[in-house]
Amino acid sequence: MSATVEHADSSAGFLAHHFDDRAQQRQAAVIGMWAFLATEVLFFGGLFAGYSVYRFLYPEAWVEGSKHLDHVLGTINTAVLLTSSFTVVLAVRAVKRGEKDHLVRYLLTTIALASLFVVVKTYEYWVKFSHGTVPGAGFELHDLYDPSVSLNQVELFYGFYFVMTGLHAFHMVVGIVIFAVYTRLAQLGRYDENYHTPIEMIGLYWHLVDLIWVFLFPLLYLIDR
Amino acid sequence: MNESPDAHGHDDDDLRTMQIVFAALMGLLVLTVAVAYVDFGVFTLPVAMGIAVVKALMIMVYFMHLSHESMLVRIFAVSGFVSLGCLFAITFADYIARYPAS
Repeated sequence: MSATVEHADSSAGFLAHHFDDRAQQRQAAVIGMWAFLATEVLFFGGLFAGYSVYRFLYPEAWVEGSKHLDHVLGTINTAVLLTSSFTVVLAVRAVKRGEKDHLVRYLLTTIALASLFVVVKTYEYWVKFSHGTVPGAGFELHDLYDPSVSLNQVELFYGFYFVMTGLHAFHMVVGIVIFAVYTRLAQLGRYDENYHTPIEMIGLYWHLVDLIWVFLFPLLYLIDR
Repeated sequence: MNESPDAHGHDDDDLRTMQIVFAALMGLLVLTVAVAYVDFGVFTLPVAMGIAVVKALMIMVYFMHLSHESMLVRIFAVSGFVSLGCLFAITFADYIARYPAS
């Protein structure tokens, strides 16, 4: 993908010398991207497996921890992220039709929605940090729903919460940076109806980040309301 | 020549499909939150995960254009989830046998 930046004649569409034609070039990019996304699924998958094992062992602690998360903000953020996935779909559609102005507009909308998600997530973290509900020395949790619950086990829930949502938020930030670069390149007229593979690839990445959140949201925020 | 198989017309049909999928995803989000307030007993987790899987499939098939990709791409797309399924199956074959379910 990085080699795409070097091409000179955008109207003819970019074709690297080791491919027969653009269809083959695109196919290679799509397969490579999905191979990368498969490693991402397993990367997060290990955390989901760990989460599931400890939820199986300490079900009461998982219910307690989940009830202390702000599910209203979580719901809003899920809606924001699903909407950003839709604006990415519209961006890919626009560039395939050669509508460069629409492409830039939809990419900017996506960046705005993604940034809103990260801001809300940061606020949620700030609330948890200010209440001391962070794994480590001095872990605190007040107003327990189930006074008999083991705080050590709830602390473990918050360990999974911060690592899983933190890793997810990191993917969001990486996505925002790549979207920003591609928006600039789109403004420079680098993508058109003949060549737009990078836009399609960042789209696949973004949808996977969305897909992972679709599982994170009910597993963390909505265990037992 | 177009780069992608789905760029050969059907553009307006395609937009309509994507709008419907987006609306359905938002509807399923509301359903996700709603069922969290209902106690289905042992089926609470399966119901929540069932809705999440439907959402995930809609994202993969439509937003990620798997409906338009070749079988080779689809196999790559599914490979990660199949491997993850093996990880869960082997892990829980151990844990379920080792501890009494509470």
